[in-house]
Amino acid sequence: MATIKELAQRGDKLSPGHRACAGCVPIIAFHQVLRSAQGHVVCGCATGCMEVVTTIFPYTAWKVPFIHNAFENVAATISGVEAAYRALKRKGRVGKDIRFIAFGGDGGTYDIGLQALSGVLERGHSMLYVCYDNEAYMNTGIQRSSATPFAADTKTAPAGKVHKGKKQFPKNLTEIVIAHNVPYAAQASVSHWKDLNRKVERALAVEGPTFINVLAPCPPGWRFPQELGIEMARLAVETCFWPLYEYDHGARILNYRPKEKLPLSEWTKHQGRFRHLHRAENAHLLAAAQEEVDRRWELLVRMCEQSAGQK
Amino acid sequence: MAQIVALTGNEAVAEAMRQINPDVVAAYPITPQTELMHKFAEFHADGLVDTELVLVESEHSAMSASVGAAAAGARAMTATSANGLALMWEIVYIAASLRLPIVMAVVNRALSGNINIHCDHSDTMGCRDSGWIQLFSENAQEAYDNAIMAVKIAEDRRVLLPVMVTLDGFIISHTVERLEILQDQQVKDFVGEYRPERYLLDVDHPFTVGPLDLQDYYFEHKRQEIEAEENALPVIEEVSRAYSTLCGRGYDLIEEYRMEDADRAVVAMGSTCGTAKVVVDQLREQGEAVGLLKVRCYRPFPYDRIVAALAKVKAAAVLDRAVSFGAKGGSLYGDVRSALFSNNGHYPVKVIDYIYGLGGRDLEEEHLYKAFADLKRIVQTGRVEFEVGYLGLRE
Ligand SMILES: Cc1ncc(C[n+]2csc(CCOP(=O)(O)OP(=O)(O)O)c2C)c(N)n1
Repeated sequence: MATIKELAQRGDKLSPGHRACAGCVPIIAFHQVLRSAQGHVVCGCATGCMEVVTTIFPYTAWKVPFIHNAFENVAATISGVEAAYRALKRKGRVGKDIRFIAFGGDGGTYDIGLQALSGVLERGHSMLYVCYDNEAYMNTGIQRSSATPFAADTKTAPAGKVHKGKKQFPKNLTEIVIAHNVPYAAQASVSHWKDLNRKVERALAVEGPTFINVLAPCPPGWRFPQELGIEMARLAVETCFWPLYEYDHGARILNYRPKEKLPLSEWTKHQGRFRHLHRAENAHLLAAAQEEVDRRWELLVRMCEQSAGQK
Repeated sequence: MAQIVALTGNEAVAEAMRQINPDVVAAYPITPQTELMHKFAEFHADGLVDTELVLVESEHSAMSASVGAAAAGARAMTATSANGLALMWEIVYIAASLRLPIVMAVVNRALSGNINIHCDHSDTMGCRDSGWIQLFSENAQEAYDNAIMAVKIAEDRRVLLPVMVTLDGFIISHTVERLEILQDQQVKDFVGEYRPERYLLDVDHPFTVGPLDLQDYYFEHKRQEIEAEENALPVIEEVSRAYSTLCGRGYDLIEEYRMEDADRAVVAMGSTCGTAKVVVDQLREQGEAVGLLKVRCYRPFPYDRIVAALAKVKAAAVLDRAVSFGAKGGSLYGDVRSALFSNNGHYPVKVIDYIYGLGGRDLEEEHLYKAFADLKRIVQTGRVEFEVGYLGLRE
């Protein structure tokens, strides 16, 4: 695990001067991941905000080799790059040790890209897949994805007079990934940068497919003041909406247990997309959201305890 | 010192791939391509190639992985048919736009729906405007030869475009033919090594592949792609000549079969050309001045050569094995007609179209006799009774 000084001294892989929004947290997630990655890396990104803001031709913010192919196929694309690496290394045409990182938004990962991701996990390519989860399709204007929280107001699942935002609870992608029997998977948050840094270093040290799901709040998408991005990431962790944990070769490890588990409303009250939940007539929705967060948290704690018991 | 073997079309292309020994092959099964990859997987299992075989979960990922591999600096190949190609479609365009010299065998099969596993050209026609070079094969021999030439064409610095090598599903892919194969070393020397100028794994020279390309540059990049297609014509000629010297078989953008003094011709692609040659020979024996214009290179379309080949005939019939719904006739017909009117030229040749062979319907010799008879009437009367007809259709 690196100190913040060490991280700061590691060369930039992504330059400033990209076109991300003021207060964009996903780009911070990229910076944190890339600073954590030592040695040679080749990166790919699915279509989405991050790809768009970093690669407007003729400019690029990428100081390392980078490929964007399409929306749903970054995992497959990087699997081709990684296969090429194995072939060319064997033939002596590439001498260096190179690691591979695929980035995708929640839409490009939980939804349209899930098949390609699943294929890569099953085939066992050596790559780290980072999902930056901003909980909606932001690049196309804030539509719901299967990562969008229950009752959140989005452009395709708006909070109206009859329907009150998204009807479903988010998919548990991290567990779906773990179900593939990968050697390493984790959930991280930009608010807990040391934890994130350690997880990236761990994931890149492991052979085979690894996965990190990073919560990355989006000011315009979630509608909170732009200086509150890291705070929104922190509150998601403190409310146990976004638990920090990892799965390392069969064992689930809880990385952070809040001293005092905050109510979900502490997180939702700052965000315009949840404004309607804080009106009296929608109290049952907030209660339902809280209940599901509690259920998932308790299940996770139990699973982590079970892992610890097995050791 | 060619070796004479008996192989199906699928096996022939697999054999070419064994000899090419690509760095990465990404594969997903679909009839009638399946046996091609079975054969290649056997070569891989026996250690006869040191390819990274990426057995993906869909054709979309097969093309995506091929793009990643080629951008990384590897020689990448894949193969598919019909719906597989349709599922790749989005990435097929991206492969060409990124100027990646991927080679793909397309075992032609009718596109759904309804579902049908047999041959027509609707799958590759769907990729007509994708920026890929398309070489059609008349038989297993040509599928083998085209696969080897495709690598060299695709990777030529003046071109850098992906190439589709097509072979008619079942008709070529599943029938055993006698063919000649080169020695492994000959193929190795002919294709050489893929040495891209820039590639992702060259970490000391990082570059960005596939950026956001908005209205201020996209158009210029498309213009460059157009230029690459234009450059491809002489390169395909060059490579074909060099290969012909090596193998003793003549290859060109088109083949003019008994066209010297022909006053009627059919224009066709793929396995139908074999049938047409038989019919032309028979009619020639009866003293009829007929010929075949075989289009081997469909994209880029060799306009000038087509015009020159048809300049002296009085009537021609284009055979299209795919429909362009809502258009008059098939795509090949549209291209041939357009060629004949290029450069403000006005060629007196009368051209008609036949749609035939959809979903694997056999094209029989008698159908071609009918076509030549129709052309004879046109020549004699000067009247074109119909512009688009059908061969082998129950009506
Ligand atoms: C096949 C396809 N469908 C739809 C789109 C349109 N599209 C581009 S980016 C995007 C949303 C991306 O959302 P996400 O993956 O969550 O990343 P974010 O923009 O939030 O960073 C969509 C729907 C596309 N490019 N390709």
